[in-house]
Amino acid sequence: MTAVNQQLLPVVTDVIAGLKHKPGALLPILHEIQNRLGYIPPESVSLIAESLNQSRADIHGVISFYHQFRSTAPGRHTVEVCRAEACQSMGSRQLEAHAKATLGVDYHGTTSDQNITLEEVYCLGNCACSPSIRINDEIVGRVTPEKFDQLIDGLRSQKLEVN
Amino acid sequence: MTSSVTKNTATKIFIPRDTTALAMGADRLAREIAAEAAKRGATIEIIRNGSRGLFWLEPLLEVETTAGRIAYGPVESHDIDSLFDQAFLSGETSHPLCQGLTEDIPYLKKQQRLTFARAGITDPVSLEDYQQLDGFNGLKKALLMDRQSIVDEVKASGLRGRGGAAFPTGIKWQTVLDANPGKARNEKLDQKYIVCNADEGDSGTFADRMVMEADPYMLIEGMTIAGLAVGADQGYIYLRSEYPVAHQILNEAIARAESAGFLGTNILGSGKTFNLEVRLGAKAYICGEETSLLESLEGKRGMVRAKPPLPAIVGLFGQPTIVNNVLSLAAIPYILSNGGQAYADFGMGRSLGTLPFQLAGNIKRGGLIELAFGVTLRELLDEYGGGTFSGRQMRAVQVGGPLCAYLPESQWDTPMDYEAFQAAGAALGHGGIVVFDDTVDMSQQARFSMEFCVAESCGKCTPCRIGSTRGVEVIDRIRNDENRAANMELLSDLCETMIDGSLCAMGGMTPFPVQSAVKHFPEDFNQPALRNNGEA
Repeated sequence: MTAVNQQLLPVVTDVIAGLKHKPGALLPILHEIQNRLGYIPPESVSLIAESLNQSRADIHGVISFYHQFRSTAPGRHTVEVCRAEACQSMGSRQLEAHAKATLGVDYHGTTSDQNITLEEVYCLGNCACSPSIRINDEIVGRVTPEKFDQLIDGLRSQKLEVN
Repeated sequence: MTSSVTKNTATKIFIPRDTTALAMGADRLAREIAAEAAKRGATIEIIRNGSRGLFWLEPLLEVETTAGRIAYGPVESHDIDSLFDQAFLSGETSHPLCQGLTEDIPYLKKQQRLTFARAGITDPVSLEDYQQLDGFNGLKKALLMDRQSIVDEVKASGLRGRGGAAFPTGIKWQTVLDANPGKARNEKLDQKYIVCNADEGDSGTFADRMVMEADPYMLIEGMTIAGLAVGADQGYIYLRSEYPVAHQILNEAIARAESAGFLGTNILGSGKTFNLEVRLGAKAYICGEETSLLESLEGKRGMVRAKPPLPAIVGLFGQPTIVNNVLSLAAIPYILSNGGQAYADFGMGRSLGTLPFQLAGNIKRGGLIELAFGVTLRELLDEYGGGTFSGRQMRAVQVGGPLCAYLPESQWDTPMDYEAFQAAGAALGHGGIVVFDDTVDMSQQARFSMEFCVAESCGKCTPCRIGSTRGVEVIDRIRNDENRAANMELLSDLCETMIDGSLCAMGGMTPFPVQSAVKHFPEDFNQPALRNNGEA
């Protein structure tokens, strides 16, 4: 177990204690861990399993079933490109190719500066103003390759400000 | 958000907080309008309403005048100066973006809005707004009725499940009302549940999202009435995590409804209890299937359950459970308030009431159109949609989501009702309509249907789990002109196997768009191998 992950475990314990009384608590627990840490450290699996009286395989099985849950740290920003039909009809295939080329990563990849993780998503419910992407919790419509570049530039300069 | 000094003299401006409005820049617009008003010394009050569903006009800004609300859209930053210059605050309508009175915009005026009657008019989390426009009238009536009478009212409405399967809602409720929760795994032996399926994963659909973002109390009221009808005191809204705005608004609305006594213990002093909680999905399309959704709510992998037993009898945590789509539950307050017959007066044949159609994809005027069943697809595409966004010729239309057929022009005169669509080998599903222009490659769309099933199958049934992977491979070979005739036959065979051999709609319906593409657009499967196989 790495020292970094070791530091994260109090957060995991705290989340579990706050939510384990809920019926069907596992998804709320996983969501909250990922909200607070950005991912679900593999070391938290046994803690969750123990407190819910389930096997580690059960917990791992749930984490791996859902596209949203991740076991490694994402970049500072997550950019999701919609791949579903309404967006396809408005050029999302070109947009996703452009996104991959611009960022130099495939889906589920993170740029080498750890700034941006690229993910796919099937529908953001913005189908009348396609194609759509989601940047963290913000959804953007009518995204052209040019608009995509502007948005990514925004994320890059934001990163500089933070550093 | 308000920049008014004295509320009484402030001009009211409405800018939606709906996902699409935000995706088109509504937040920034609200900030900039407020700043410009302050700079010019104008007194305004900005209200963040829901969307009217006229999405091609988003961000749609409305100004309240004595004649009614006047609409401007789509408003961008560079329009703000000219709007102020042309005195838009005082009802002057000369600006090129002016759409006139919102209520008179033909797209909206021609609709029959029952479920979406309040959408875009109100501040979605204002209890006052909701009650001023008939809100909670249905609940108040239901509190005075016995359980069977509530269920009877829903039966009389003819309401059928709006999630896509179109099962009569009243019958489902009756089953849960009559269910005897004896064999319970739950500690509370008499526990029943109300579960709202808000995992609106079909591309081209956003009606559920609009209900939750524009009029969340209607859903809360519908679920509470369902709880009263069958004796359930706990409800869950299973919301997809792709809807962060809906999540925020629902939680805000639930908290307000609780503190005002519309939810929780002792609802409106009746002594009755109904608690409601939003639970988030985690990016899994399959969890829109009701049994998979229940597994997910229980904290498990979203694996589909075999039916029977029906969820109405053995549902969440083994207890009798109503699982209804957002739109079904959202129709309930109207039905209770105005009577089942008032709702049944709309529609045709066995498709009674209204359906919110959702125009999406490559369409000039995309948005939400609530109409009685029976309007033809072509009317929606031409009169409302106004043709494609690209200006090119329309070629294929997928109605009902990724598991439903693509329709060629010869089928666009089909009336929008469940039976007529079934007869045409298609399905209405959740009412989503995705338009493609003539640049679409239908063999690529067929490939995507299989690819989507590969990504989203829960893995329980072999025809779905393995069949979809083989489907992608077979279509790739066809697209590469490898042994085409034999592979077309293999594809047809594979589709049959998936349809016949899968437990749920995921594997059982994935072949429908594929088969329709092959049947209606055969030329796209017969082209020389000029493309490579993968899509990106």
